Amino acid sequence: MAFTPPKESYAGKVYSVTVGTGDTAVTFGGENVLPFHGFEGETPNRPVIAYEIQDVPPSDWPESVQKPFESVSSDPVEWAKFCQDTLKAKAIALRLIGTHPDRENRSAEDAAKTVRDVLSAINVPLIILGSNHAEKDSSVLVAVAEAAKDKNCIIGKAQEANYKTIVAAAMANNHKLIAMSELDINLSKQLNILITQMGFDKEKLVTDPMSSALGYGLEYTYSVMERIRLAALTQNDATMQPPMVADIGMYVWKIKETQAPESDLPQWGSLPERGIAWEAVSAMSFLIAGAELLIMRHPQAVEAVEKFIGEMEG
Amino acid sequence: MALTGVEIFKLLPKTNCKKCGHPTCLAFAMKLAQRQASLDACPDVSEEAKKILGEASAPPVRPITLGVGEKAVKMGEETVLFRHDKKFVNPCAFAVEIKDTDEEANVVKTIEAVLDSEIDRVGQKLRVDAIFISNESNDAGALESLSKLVSQKAPDVPVIISTKDPAAAEAALKIFAEKKPILFGANSENLDAMAKVATQFKVTLGITAKGLEELTTLTEKAKSLGVEDMVIDSGARKAKEILEDNTLIRRAAVKKNFKPLGYPVITFAQRDDSMLETLIAALGVAKYSSIIVLSSIEKWKNLALFTLRQNIYTDPQVPMQVEQKIYKIGEPTSDSPLMITTNFSLTYFIVSGEIENSKVPSRLAVMDCEGLSVLTAWAAGKFTAAKIAQFIKESGVENEISHREIIIPGYVAILSGAIEDKLEGWKVTVGPREANALPAFLKSRAS
Ligand code: B12
Ligand code: SF4
Repeated sequence: MAFTPPKESYAGKVYSVTVGTGDTAVTFGGENVLPFHGFEGETPNRPVIAYEIQDVPPSDWPESVQKPFESVSSDPVEWAKFCQDTLKAKAIALRLIGTHPDRENRSAEDAAKTVRDVLSAINVPLIILGSNHAEKDSSVLVAVAEAAKDKNCIIGKAQEANYKTIVAAAMANNHKLIAMSELDINLSKQLNILITQMGFDKEKLVTDPMSSALGYGLEYTYSVMERIRLAALTQNDATMQPPMVADIGMYVWKIKETQAPESDLPQWGSLPERGIAWEAVSAMSFLIAGAELLIMRHPQAVEAVEKFIGEMEG
Repeated sequence: MALTGVEIFKLLPKTNCKKCGHPTCLAFAMKLAQRQASLDACPDVSEEAKKILGEASAPPVRPITLGVGEKAVKMGEETVLFRHDKKFVNPCAFAVEIKDTDEEANVVKTIEAVLDSEIDRVGQKLRVDAIFISNESNDAGALESLSKLVSQKAPDVPVIISTKDPAAAEAALKIFAEKKPILFGANSENLDAMAKVATQFKVTLGITAKGLEELTTLTEKAKSLGVEDMVIDSGARKAKEILEDNTLIRRAAVKKNFKPLGYPVITFAQRDDSMLETLIAALGVAKYSSIIVLSSIEKWKNLALFTLRQNIYTDPQVPMQVEQKIYKIGEPTSDSPLMITTNFSLTYFIVSGEIENSKVPSRLAVMDCEGLSVLTAWAAGKFTAAKIAQFIKESGVENEISHREIIIPGYVAILSGAIEDKLEGWKVTVGPREANALPAFLKSRAS
């Protein structure tokens, strides 16, 4: 029997999204095949990894991921510069966790100032994330979208409960937008429809189907991503064609596997490597399921995933 | 592609004798097509029809077993490309490579690491499954002595013997007779001799090729030489090639029923950088490898890979769950604390593990929430005050304990008032949010 490679071509294509301005702008998405299937179609853009930083010191991060940033993380501006200049970050994701009412409850104005300061210190693209408190985010994200006007940032996350004001602010200030729903392809589709019905350009959206950590729901995110990507490609479903983001750090660095010392659990092996591997394996899994943008924390996990992407492209 | 009812019908005796228990041959053929009947039921079917039908109904990826006894690993039998379509069937095996050029002290260390690799996660025992014995030296004697050492130190661990030399293969296989090893290393140059050794010892043959076309030729040739059981290597080593070849192999097998590639795939993930190796192996786990060969098995790496394999190979329709009941942890007395959680396996094993760590004997009430985690069950209306109250009352735990206090997960603190309303005479205490805070919480209460 002769072997004919069973290659496939698809009806649809993922939109490519560009963030940032000038030479340092980055573009992701744009492929018309499943992730890394360069052998049967086009994969024009390399996935992008953004380093996560936050507006307040990372006292809630476990020690092994606090450490690489310990000399800079008391100040978001220093932290951002460190990621750009020392770690060669291609993008930075600033999480305004300090605005959460249960945390420092910083005001929208404070958040806007932080965003302005960070933007004036860096030239790589910025992703601006709220604290995931639906109500507070709807005022915080409006203020920061204005503060970052015309810098072509990604603002997020718009959820079903708060998308209206956030979408309007992203539109008025020329930003891209993350639309997040909870691990359900239909909810994700519906939210993208609601947002585009407001007049928001579907080619400026980034879908967040909600992330999770290895061992803690990874298989759900993985399968929802695969299903979204198949809907985009095989059914040419335009509402499912925005690229996807996996916001990994916050899920990975709260579980026991990234925190328990080897002395307590000798069978789990060395803690520093275990944490890095946990973040890197989670990230890599979502990449092959369909994510084009990753938000990560540990520099060595980022490095490993970059090497992996290199081998995938190479 | 499986045959249709009509295609099958053409191969049957067409006498409508009813001996198969069906009114007509056609009716029987329809049942066969739906895999609701077995061909054995027809006593008159010809040998030739048996052969054709047997081949057509075989699973698209041939089932292979590596090793014997408790540690035997099953592979193959996969039917889909995406896990959301249907559960992936046989989890891939991890094998660590030991070379016959390695120093004996290191060899012994690696064997011991394999024996000590077992980890319990969510109720499953996971371990490095096999040893890949490599004839790096190209010297038959070296392979033989390494094989002896492995079989002595790890008699139960399945092995894959890798050599290009049929004579070396023979000597090594003698050591593992009756243990169902895999002989890996048949290629375009040595296929005839290797096939001979494989059939003589009745072992699975690992075929390695340069590309999928050559692989097809080689498996067909091996088959014509009488080899039935094979595992295949397309020669892909870089991540990009592994994804491409594994995808094309799985597609060819599952969608085209292309038999020459319908065998379990062996993937070589070895890298100098162990973190990168972890990611290459992870690619194999997600994308269709049945055996993944590693160069090292640090415990952190094993844990990450075992966990990914468990995630990818769970049933997408049914979350892993445990039985609803009051679990005793340690030897609780009537005064010991009572806690409640849901029956999602992951939740149960994390929480019960932390209670064990606390060394405070306790009862853990595990409520059936269709395998959902605490917050998911709460959001889905399955872990509500009314349902919790009813479960506690019906569980009979009230007869076992002298107090009336129940500790609930911190994430559902919001339920505490409503539970107190519905469970008369009970006090609800809100526990910590994350289970890893349970030991400190329980110890401080106990003192
Ligand atoms: C995977 C997942 C799903 C899976 C289900 C997986 C499963 N088997 O449960 C799916 C995709 C089906 C799903 C569906 C939904 N989900 Co969901 N899901 C998750 C996710 C990502 C992980 C859940 C998980 O596995 N956690 C791990 C387990 C171990 O956690 P746990 O059971 O809570 O146990 C921990 C603690 O509670 C504590 N603990 C447990 N028991 C006890 C007992 C005591 C005494 C103590 C002290 C502590 C304790 O210890 C454990 C470890 O620390 C979470 C987000 C997240 N990262 O947490 C959302 C999440 C739980 N889901 C959410 C929602 C809203 C939903 C849906 C309603 C939305 C939808 N998409 O329709 C549906 C509802 C399901 C339904 N059938 O209708 C929300 C809940 C919101 C809220 N705050 O209540 C969450 C938090 C997401 C979010 N918004 O951030 N989900
Ligand atoms: S036993 Fe065989 S020949 Fe007889 S009716 Fe059934 S299928 Fe036909």
